Amino acid sequence: MTEGTLDTAAMLQRRETPRSLSVAFAVTVVLLVAAPFVVYPVFLMKALCFALFACAFNLLIGYVGLVSFGHALYFGWASYLAAHAAKVWALPPELAIIVGTATAAVLGFVAGGLAIRRQGIYFAMITLALAQMMYFFALQAKFTGGEDGIQGVPRGWLFGVFDLSQEMTMYLFVLIVTLAGFLFIYRIINSPFGEVLKAIRENEHRVISLGYKTERYKLVAFVLSATLAGLAGSMKALVFQLASLTDVHWSMSGEVVLMTLVGGLGTIFGPLVGAFAIVAMENYLAPFGQWVLVIQGVIFVICVLVFRRGIVGEIANMLRVQL
Amino acid sequence: MFEIFGLPSQALFGQLLLGLINGSFYALLSLGLAVIFGMLNIINFSHGAQYMMGAFTAYLLLQYAGIGYWESLVIAPIVVGATGILIERLFLQHLRQLDPLYGLLLTFGLALIIEGLFRNTYGSSGQPYQVPATLQGGRNLGFMFLPNYRAWVIVFSLTVCLATWFAIERTRLGSYLRAATENPVLVRAFGINVPRMVTLTYGFGVGLAALAGVMAAPIYNVSPQMGSDLIIVVFAVVVIGGMGSIMGAIVTGFALGLVEGLTKVFFPEASNTVIFVIMAIVLLIRPAGLFGRAA
Repeated sequence: MTEGTLDTAAMLQRRETPRSLSVAFAVTVVLLVAAPFVVYPVFLMKALCFALFACAFNLLIGYVGLVSFGHALYFGWASYLAAHAAKVWALPPELAIIVGTATAAVLGFVAGGLAIRRQGIYFAMITLALAQMMYFFALQAKFTGGEDGIQGVPRGWLFGVFDLSQEMTMYLFVLIVTLAGFLFIYRIINSPFGEVLKAIRENEHRVISLGYKTERYKLVAFVLSATLAGLAGSMKALVFQLASLTDVHWSMSGEVVLMTLVGGLGTIFGPLVGAFAIVAMENYLAPFGQWVLVIQGVIFVICVLVFRRGIVGEIANMLRVQL
Repeated sequence: MFEIFGLPSQALFGQLLLGLINGSFYALLSLGLAVIFGMLNIINFSHGAQYMMGAFTAYLLLQYAGIGYWESLVIAPIVVGATGILIERLFLQHLRQLDPLYGLLLTFGLALIIEGLFRNTYGSSGQPYQVPATLQGGRNLGFMFLPNYRAWVIVFSLTVCLATWFAIERTRLGSYLRAATENPVLVRAFGINVPRMVTLTYGFGVGLAALAGVMAAPIYNVSPQMGSDLIIVVFAVVVIGGMGSIMGAIVTGFALGLVEGLTKVFFPEASNTVIFVIMAIVLLIRPAGLFGRAA
């Protein structure tokens, strides 16, 4: 069978989820449910938060072709607001997360609205600069606690029923939210809206000529991505009971790019795999201190030069399936 | 000594001077970025790290070889520029056919490697670098005290910027460069070695960053992270000015340095963020940038 017929076949059954994806999703769920019995749950929760963060980022870079170099802005500020809501306003965890996520949505609307006014490489610089501006705000604002961050954030009782201070309950909660976010992104990508996004990635002028207001599509995609990044950041604040400057720093924006790149840009499962790979690497390399920075840099260079498809992209290419 | 807006003139002009100094670094760095972007169509994320390398080269030359500031001013840009040429040959030339995104990611990775290596070796604290003997001291202008070294930095970086502008806009070599930016294939057809020109351009842009680094060494401490925060501000400067015009990059750099200095006097809390705020305003009013051509 040639490539062409494969494509036509794929187009005819577009409404159906390819079997490779269903199988991969089932395997992922099984692994993640079993994992806390083998691996330290806090490590898994950290990886899951980053996985959702990377999936949100991938929605922009992989499916709209927009390179945001400032996604730490939404992740970190959502984390601050969620922590503040849980600790100072004493809101229950579900409301704290909503506060954080809504903050990210508003920030995403403002920053995205500014950034989409320029294309290509400028877009990356603008998002980075706006994130840096908000980093300085976080450094100076009173409520963020400056260098100390917001510490001792209470996890509280979810819906007043589930005690999140129990490690396994918290893990299940994080797992369910992350998977829900993951499925939501998958749904976006495969909706008519998602098709327009992919068309914008391929040829924006053409899409404009077809009568679409591409700026609106780009802005909505940006806000969605920022919101989901905020959801990840809010959860991270509860998991670690801490919101700090690390999460709004530009190096965090770089890290999420790295995770997505390692896993595979524009693949469904790539960001998930990339996040686990990078979080695991940082965990094991923590004793080497500053070398982590150098190793991250080396991974960037290797990925760009010889490994542009990423882990999942290479596997999908080898097995000739969509992943 | 007199007062302006209730401020002693010393304080006001002192900050304005510091603003101009920062502005000259913004100008030199954004100029380098613009030149590199023109030829290679990538944003050189390692520009800040290369600025830091320039400062460190000067520091190391003094520390281990007893080579002073003036020699470093020549040697450091050449050495760091040579590493830039190496980077272009080893990595960047392979990315020419790809999305510019990959150039950004690669140079970001290189910046992490360079900064990490220097941090491992020299720690995070800054190393002091002496102002050269001939430029120590300063003069009292009546309304302010002008340190000789700072005057030198402003005059010299302005000279370098204008010389670069002249070389690109008014010489034969510069016209090849501009032509190759517009249409590299056609320029190659005329028998000009475009790939070599691209390599040298990258080396030159990196050399400019290193030169700024050497000049910055006696003003700020020499530290591994001196470049990473600066480069983000320079990105904002580039967005404000637009990379289409060399003169635009120079003017924007100096002007924004001044604005930042003024902010430090009147509203110090905002001095870190004022350039980003200006960027946001410019994006609202003139999305293509002050000197940019609309896409």
